[in-house]
Amino acid sequence: MQVDEATVRRIARLARIKITDAEAKGLEGELSGILDWVKQLDEVDTKAVEPMTRVVPIELKQREDKVTDGEIADQVTANAPVTEDNFFVVPKVVE
Amino acid sequence: MTDLTKLTLAAARDGLAKKTFTATEITRAHLDAIEAGNAALNAYVLPTPDHALAQAKASDERIAKGTARPLEGLPLGHKDLFATRGIRTTACSRILDGFKPTYESTVGQNLWDAGAVMLGKLNNDEFAMGSSNETSCFGNVVSPWRRTGKDGKPSTDKLVPGGSSGGSSAAVAAGLCLAATATDTGGSIRQPAALTGTVGIKPTYGRCSRWGIVAFASSLDQAGPIAKTVRDAAMMLKVMASHDPKDSTSVNAPVPDYEAALSKGIKGLKVGVPKEYRVDGMSKEAEDLWQTGIAWLKAAGATIHEISLPHTKYALPAYYIVAPAECSSNLARYDGVRYGLRVPGKDVTETYENTRASGFGKEVRRRILIGTYVLSAGYYDAYYLKAQKVRTLIKQDFDNAWRKVDVVLTPTTPNPAFAFGEKSGDPLAMYLEDIFTVTVNMAGLPGISVPAGLSSQGTPLGLQLIGKPFDEETLFRAGQAIEDAAGRFTVADPWWSQTLAATAPSSNSKPKLKGKR
Repeated sequence: MQVDEATVRRIARLARIKITDAEAKGLEGELSGILDWVKQLDEVDTKAVEPMTRVVPIELKQREDKVTDGEIADQVTANAPVTEDNFFVVPKVVE
Repeated sequence: MTDLTKLTLAAARDGLAKKTFTATEITRAHLDAIEAGNAALNAYVLPTPDHALAQAKASDERIAKGTARPLEGLPLGHKDLFATRGIRTTACSRILDGFKPTYESTVGQNLWDAGAVMLGKLNNDEFAMGSSNETSCFGNVVSPWRRTGKDGKPSTDKLVPGGSSGGSSAAVAAGLCLAATATDTGGSIRQPAALTGTVGIKPTYGRCSRWGIVAFASSLDQAGPIAKTVRDAAMMLKVMASHDPKDSTSVNAPVPDYEAALSKGIKGLKVGVPKEYRVDGMSKEAEDLWQTGIAWLKAAGATIHEISLPHTKYALPAYYIVAPAECSSNLARYDGVRYGLRVPGKDVTETYENTRASGFGKEVRRRILIGTYVLSAGYYDAYYLKAQKVRTLIKQDFDNAWRKVDVVLTPTTPNPAFAFGEKSGDPLAMYLEDIFTVTVNMAGLPGISVPAGLSSQGTPLGLQLIGKPFDEETLFRAGQAIEDAAGRFTVADPWWSQTLAATAPSSNSKPKLKGKR
């Protein structure tokens, strides 16, 4: 399995990480190496095996449907790089 | 008066109870040791002396009133992966630069509610991704241990303290705290413990709440302690573990008194030795120490049984699908909008891309990209689903083993500590560091690393014990048997300490050092 430069760029775009041309070249080899190595899992016959979904067999917990927290907009936005009146501010997304 | 930073957690507890010294004195002794030693070791990324002294004062008042709690007045280091209310928490990533949580992690809250004192935030690999503490945005942590050169003199090569909890392991080994919190996704508690002569336990998945811990791979992450002795680790885990409604995977099971289990001995305990753990690339020393460990447990009354864990060799490649996949998903939240760094771009997408390119380090970016790839359309079944199926088989291997044995004994790492840069150029060589530890995370089991000997170069090696789900008690019992036989391993020469006065008992006059960071 080879990851080519176009694939590296597509993945980086999906991951929302800007990469330089030099990085794209380097990552081609690194990612291919790791993906080739994990390919050894193909040796394992998993046709009749269920995927593991939890390590301990517990029921997913449920709780009463009521508000237990909130009204803390100032805390929620306290660490944001840019805020206005307890709103997050982002670059314009609609024209 | 003895050097208070050399005490174990248990001895310090006893000293406080007998009023041999105060919480303020032992806290100040550690703050002095941090001031003298942190420039060389870089174990703490944020010492919090004022916070620590305020907590110590409150502890002294409690002790005077006779209302001391289990860890009253005992100074600890806290890994920077744990959210601390009002105190900078970064996971040692630039992308969380300046982040001050408005909440406390459950594990941290449990410790402070038990009276523990926080000395500061400890260094770690960025987002806990690494096995050598070389990926932190605050720089490398240096191990207090040094190799012995061929001439018999200590080498000045800087050794890694292991990772990702390298700040925790280095700080405990160097006496910059009595014990420390840590987290373990693929070996990040046990491997650094092994490389620094300290004890580290990763409890069963679900034993400790993950709430308020910066997430890496949510189906693998667990908190646990790194400490000087098995008893100290038992004291820590008892307090750290709890059921927490805020973590849906935390398990509602009683937490036993682990310390009480230590005196029970291991007569009749059935110990499994997996034949698949004799891997290529394991040092002769690790192999020999494993045999020694078998002999110790036998001498203490255990019986030894060869077992087979046939899917062992697939644990590491499966881990390097599951962990990056979950990491790419978890780290999607760092978008430059809600917290931490923002690097503006021409539109919102470019702002995300710029922020994440500049905020994440190289190894984190590599893992996010791998994770994004294996989860992308058309590949999910071939990679993630396949890895989760292999995980089922790994867990079944252990389920079968538990029919024959109570606990499994393995080396913790294939090799002793390495020097900086020796492996960082090759991600696969670095990943192999975790070959004996990742299996335990994949199966969700508890594992403890106990120091067991020194390599020919005078650096520590550890043995790992793997237990049944929620049977940490047996790990502490068997760990105690190894510690009883092996003894403790401490660094003789505190070369990192910049002042000779640091060996003297602490006083109210804090040494002021030149070049302090």
